[in-house]
Amino acid sequence: MISYPRWKIVVVAIVLLLGCLLALPNLFGEEDALQLARDRASVTDADRTAIEQLLKEKGVDPSGAFLDQGHLTLRFRSKQDQLKARDAIADARPNQFTIALSQASRVPEWMRNLGLTPVKLGLDLRGGVYLVYQVDVQGAVKQLLDRHEQDFRASLRSARVPYQDVVVDYPANRVRVLFRDADGFAKGRAAILADNRNMNLTDTTVDGAPALELKLTPQDIQEREDGAVQQNIVILRNRLNSPELAVSEPQVARQGVDRIAIQLPGLQNSAEVKKILGKTATLEFRMVDETNSPIEAAATGRVPLGSKLYYTRDKQPVLLKRDVVVTGDQLTDASFQPNTQEGAAVSVSLDSRGAAKMLKNTQENLGHLMAVVFIDRSREKNAEGVVVDRTTEEVINRATIRGVFSNNFNITGVNPIEGRELALLLRAGGLAAPLTPVEERAIGPSLGADNIDKGVHAMVFGMLAAFIFMAIYYKVFGLIADLTLAANVVLLTALLSLLGAALTLPGIAAVVLTVGMAVDANILIYERIREELRVGVSPRAAITAGFERAFSAIFDSNVTAFIAGLVLWLFGAGAVRGFAVVLMLGILTSMFTAVMGSRALVQIVYGGKRKVERLSI
Amino acid sequence: MEFFHKVTRFPFMHTRKVWYGLSALLIIASIALVVLRGLNLGVDFTGGVVVESNFPEAPNIDGLRTALAAAGIANAQVQAFGSSRDILVRLPPDPNAKGDQIGAHILQVFSGVSPGVKLQSTEVVGPQVGQELFVKGGWALFATLVLILIYVLFRFTPKLAFGAILAVLHDPICVIGFFALSQMTFDLTAIAAILAVIGYSLNDTVIVFDRIRERARNARKLKIDQVIDESINQTLSRTLMTKLVTLLVVLALLLFGGETLHAFSAALVIGIIAGTYSSIYISAALALDFGLRSDDLLERKQGRPEDVDGLP
Repeated sequence: MISYPRWKIVVVAIVLLLGCLLALPNLFGEEDALQLARDRASVTDADRTAIEQLLKEKGVDPSGAFLDQGHLTLRFRSKQDQLKARDAIADARPNQFTIALSQASRVPEWMRNLGLTPVKLGLDLRGGVYLVYQVDVQGAVKQLLDRHEQDFRASLRSARVPYQDVVVDYPANRVRVLFRDADGFAKGRAAILADNRNMNLTDTTVDGAPALELKLTPQDIQEREDGAVQQNIVILRNRLNSPELAVSEPQVARQGVDRIAIQLPGLQNSAEVKKILGKTATLEFRMVDETNSPIEAAATGRVPLGSKLYYTRDKQPVLLKRDVVVTGDQLTDASFQPNTQEGAAVSVSLDSRGAAKMLKNTQENLGHLMAVVFIDRSREKNAEGVVVDRTTEEVINRATIRGVFSNNFNITGVNPIEGRELALLLRAGGLAAPLTPVEERAIGPSLGADNIDKGVHAMVFGMLAAFIFMAIYYKVFGLIADLTLAANVVLLTALLSLLGAALTLPGIAAVVLTVGMAVDANILIYERIREELRVGVSPRAAITAGFERAFSAIFDSNVTAFIAGLVLWLFGAGAVRGFAVVLMLGILTSMFTAVMGSRALVQIVYGGKRKVERLSI
Repeated sequence: MEFFHKVTRFPFMHTRKVWYGLSALLIIASIALVVLRGLNLGVDFTGGVVVESNFPEAPNIDGLRTALAAAGIANAQVQAFGSSRDILVRLPPDPNAKGDQIGAHILQVFSGVSPGVKLQSTEVVGPQVGQELFVKGGWALFATLVLILIYVLFRFTPKLAFGAILAVLHDPICVIGFFALSQMTFDLTAIAAILAVIGYSLNDTVIVFDRIRERARNARKLKIDQVIDESINQTLSRTLMTKLVTLLVVLALLLFGGETLHAFSAALVIGIIAGTYSSIYISAALALDFGLRSDDLLERKQGRPEDVDGLP
């Protein structure tokens, strides 16, 4: 009688069942689909019903529809249906949705509701564009210094303090205010500190004259650099989700210190996307012209003197005063405040120039409407190859001025969703650091399909070869090994589906290699059992000894391979990381299946009360 | 079925000078090849543009080259990739060039030669990124070796650990030598393959060491070189069987995995062979020459296999 606790067999059974369930969605395959998103808002259930109704009228019957993270996905049985539906939706609801052509899994709704999804495929397997941008973080630091310089000058000017000069020193990362004498120095210091309360200024002398110095600490610089990268990520994400670009499931992630990697699955032509991603955005605060009718101005085309016609995001005309109150480069920060006394609000910080103008403006215009205009500028080549600047201006918010304010104020009258987005946009619009593309990879869908075919073939042939070999060489134990190998692949698929890690071609290679690792663990155990049998140990004792003694070798060898995987994951980029993730997960599953799984199976085959004369090994 | 019914009795330790010589030869040859021929570094490391296209019929490569040169695309490397219908064009890095434009431009030129041509993929890597990836790859190799050294130090003794690391170092050198010899493209996946090879090779070495430790404790009368010989012979069957199965699987990758995995799987094949060799012939032998004694393995304070719990 071999002793092996029953609960361990139960654990193995439960894990395997769970694994099968999690891996199940991968069996359904994919269909052509449409993905609908709204610009800066979620697609609702009402939209879904309306669109399903619309498609029904047009005679297109989607084979499935579901809402996920504010996107609506519609599946179709054929490519023709997909295209027909796209045209129908675009005609009936113009400019309401971003419609992207994509592929979606046939997984039934109840399964999706349980959170069961198939393994994501990497760009090399499904085709698409991978872009890496470099953020000009040094430019961002320089911008910060320049802003301090302007602030200091403004403070000194408004306090009427005479000074020699304000000098920015880059790359020393400092701003120095040079004074003529001690009197000017004392007054200037007070004036600057009054405007910048928490600033850490040091007194110094330059060429014998007193001076005030602001030096950025490494922490300041790091914060500024991080901020610039984060803000750019926000801008890029917002732009990729804008209706101008029909991109499904874009992924934007930070890469290293100053890079941003963008994955655009299924995208073929990157030119248009790159054009839009490269744009720089800003914003302006303007007073609303409340005396004239914007609808009349829009209809007649006659705009009153001193005003300018704008449109809101939902295409409503607005008349704004020509004089700009504050521009975006005077904005230093924006954040969303969900619970102020007046409800949700966006808190905005301005530099001293902006603050002074805002103070004057709010004093004069209490109770009137002020608007925020979002401006997107892009430089592009037109068909003739001439460089043109294109500007899009939109009113994103109008609100009544309820009090006098200067450098810090709240924009109220926003709903929570809008407010969050407005804060993002304000930050994003005001503080973008320039981007340079440094890496670009585009993989065609046919190559992707080809890669999948080849990868799957390699996987199937490799595993078949290993299976046959094991069955011949170790007989019954070989078959047990084969079962555990199959279980290993199922568990690995389950883990990949669960974690949402993308499977790449190197990832498939890692699956194949993991099979090698799992075989190794089995072989270690069986060779050990054979050794014990050769020494004349009884079959059941040999099994126990074989599993026990082989364990330390299996453990050590897997740890070393895991270390290699971990390092690859830490240092690697792109495809190599895909390999590393699968390798590490595969080591875990292969340890489990080869040690616990195969032990449980051996117990089932050779356990029980009957006498075991010999082992088929 | 059983290939090794009896435990073999190869005198590995006695003949170790021969194997040292062979390894030295391999290492010197590899280094010489890298120095003399150099590595055919992929676009991942050099930066530049790679455009892959698919023709309806096998094109004349010289004709494509001439067409590209005539269209003002200089320094283009044109080669068949996988099949004779798949053509790969490589261009050196150019800071002013835009990837999608180059891809479109090349496609336009090729369409003039053969109208049904399709663009399969474009890759543009900036020279700075390439250099960084190369440095990062080097660091990854180094970090792996250091971490594994620490782990083996912790689990075994310093002498075994250094033997293991030196033997393991031998494998990536052989793989890199192979890349210099074959002029296969050395890219990021090759680095991934080398790291996998290090993991595999160490895996073998650790299993041999594990057995040496066990034998040293159970058969105290034996001299250390006998212990090592016995241990290697006892694990030989497992070592070769495992590697055979793994090689079967990797050969499937090499034969059916397509051009993208070609360099990767080739590196694995070479690395697995080198790794198996080094863990049988080199690692324990080095530990012996570092002065390994049975006593080193008896110390109770060292990690013992019994420390690992969670037995099945």
